[in-house]
Amino acid sequence: MKKSILVGVSLLVAALVSTPVVVMAADTDAVSSANSFNRLLQKPAEKNLPPAEDGIHDAENDNTYVLQPPKIAFDSLVRSDFGNYVDWIKSLREQKISPRNERMGGGEEPMIMDLDIVREVRGSMPDVIFPHKGHTEWLQCSNCHPDIFIPQQGANRMNMAGILLGQKCGVCHGKVSFPVVTTTCRLCHSQAKPEGWAPSKSSASVDNPWQ
Amino acid sequence: MKIKGLVKSMRYALIGGVLALLLPFSASHAEYGDVVINNYADAAGMRPVVFPHWYHRIRFRCKVCHADLGFAFKAGGNDITMEKIIDGQFCGACHNGEVAWSIENCGMCHSGIPNTPTQIHGSTVQRLVAPSYKSMNAK
Ligand code: HEC
Ligand code: HEC
Ligand code: HEC
Ligand code: HEC
Ligand code: HEC
Ligand code: HEC
Repeated sequence: MKKSILVGVSLLVAALVSTPVVVMAADTDAVSSANSFNRLLQKPAEKNLPPAEDGIHDAENDNTYVLQPPKIAFDSLVRSDFGNYVDWIKSLREQKISPRNERMGGGEEPMIMDLDIVREVRGSMPDVIFPHKGHTEWLQCSNCHPDIFIPQQGANRMNMAGILLGQKCGVCHGKVSFPVVTTTCRLCHSQAKPEGWAPSKSSASVDNPWQ
Repeated sequence: MKIKGLVKSMRYALIGGVLALLLPFSASHAEYGDVVINNYADAAGMRPVVFPHWYHRIRFRCKVCHADLGFAFKAGGNDITMEKIIDGQFCGACHNGEVAWSIENCGMCHSGIPNTPTQIHGSTVQRLVAPSYKSMNAK
């Protein structure tokens, strides 16, 4: 009984000591936690954590400590601001890495095809250029044709909602290839709209009797 | 008796409060593209498998696994088992003591936190504030 009061009191003291810090950080003491400044923002995770600290590898597993921490591997590569924080295209072109094209190494050089496909985009976003070059440096035609894309310009329907859910470009982008985030929109949406282009108005706006 | 109960519940409330303050910091920050494969591992008493894409793409082009070795583009979608692996399929095409260290190093692959579901880590879908949205008129 005495002991539990003691523990309770010491926890209370600990809580009192730590609360002011939290309250000060929240700008005003009157704001309830339901109205905290950021309700939904996910702060970017710390970059390239070692396996034992990354939240999916078990720190109780001895082998976890034998795995290579990504930071060490990425040190000599070209860095970027998203995904693995590695620019994989540049790292390959500048020969910072030399991934095998066959399981045993050697073999044929990859067949690289330099063909850009332009996809007109609805609305104000710049049009999308799909470069075959960067893709065929990593992938083979059969990785995309015909399962993901019919090899004919304009024959495939795509939109951003589907891509974000993992369809079409989203089969790879947002999973292993660079993610779909604000800083990467322009990597795909890279061709400016023609001179004098303006977004078409919604019919609700054209017909609006109050305007 | 009543006081004791009160102290006890106060104590739990405080512990709960302290834990709640610590919780946001324990979210996972694994490397982008790490795949957790856990169709069967947990049920068989093994840790889930963690497959690091970054480590393998430094050494192999995507086509080696996704065209030559036939890995489908879907986390958990290949129905991998140990029997297939020792027969040289999937991970076993390389983790055979020839291309890479072999299968007896169980803990190198089975390194995930128990009960972690199959997933591709850090994916855009996982990071959306709400799970999904549908455009008004999908083209
Ligand atoms: C195309 C060949 C290939 C395939 C297929 C393959 N691996 Fe590997 N893997 C390698 C090579 C090569 C290494 C490096 C070995 C070394 O460093 O000695 C490696 C290393 C690893 C590592 C250790 C990474 C580190 O931090 O040292 C893990 C874990 C791993 N593989 C898991 C898997 C799993 C799980 C699968 C199947 C889902 C798989 N691999 C399939 C070739 C392959
Ligand atoms: C990463 C996926 C991907 C890979 C790999 C890929 N393609 Fe394509 N390909 C596309 C997309 C996307 C289009 C555009 C389809 C559209 O506009 O609807 C396309 C279009 C084409 C077209 C039609 C061009 C036109 O003007 O109509 C041909 C031909 C083609 N690809 C051939 C190839 C060949 C050959 C390879 C291998 C060297 C290859 N592709 C590799 C995604 C890919
Ligand atoms: C089969 C997988 C796959 C699909 C599908 C795919 N990509 Fe990629 N993409 C890659 C890979 C791999 C890279 C290399 C860079 C990386 O991994 O971040 C890449 C790189 C790119 C780049 C950078 C190229 C450069 O030269 O800098 C652009 C732009 C791009 N993709 C656009 C698209 C668009 C648009 C689509 C859909 C029409 C698409 N991708 C579909 C795998 C894919
Ligand atoms: C991996 C390449 C890729 C990335 C990254 C990307 N987009 Fe797209 N986006 C596309 C493609 C492909 C289309 C469809 C073009 C078409 O209609 O053929 C599209 C279409 C769109 C459209 C037109 C509406 C629709 O759904 O068709 C908007 C708006 C858009 N994207 C916004 C964005 C924004 C904002 C970002 C950054 C958060 C972004 N996109 C990142 C490839 C990409
Ligand atoms: C190269 C990576 C790798 C190594 C090494 C490895 N495994 Fe696996 N193991 C896998 C993968 C991938 C799966 C499929 C996981 C799933 O879907 O749950 C699997 C599944 C299993 C399963 C459940 C499915 C089944 O086949 O019954 C057991 C049990 C298992 N492994 C035991 C072991 C043991 C014991 C060792 C060491 C002797 C070992 N594994 C070494 C990759 C590996
Ligand atoms: C060493 C083999 C290996 C290499 C190289 C490799 N992958 Fe994978 N990939 C895998 C494995 C294993 C899985 C998980 C399959 C499973 O769980 O059954 C996977 C899954 C995927 C998925 C599915 C994600 C999902 O659930 O939607 C995508 C997309 C993908 N890889 C893209 C790539 C791209 C792009 C590259 C090249 C930059 C690449 N992979 C290189 C082995 C590899």
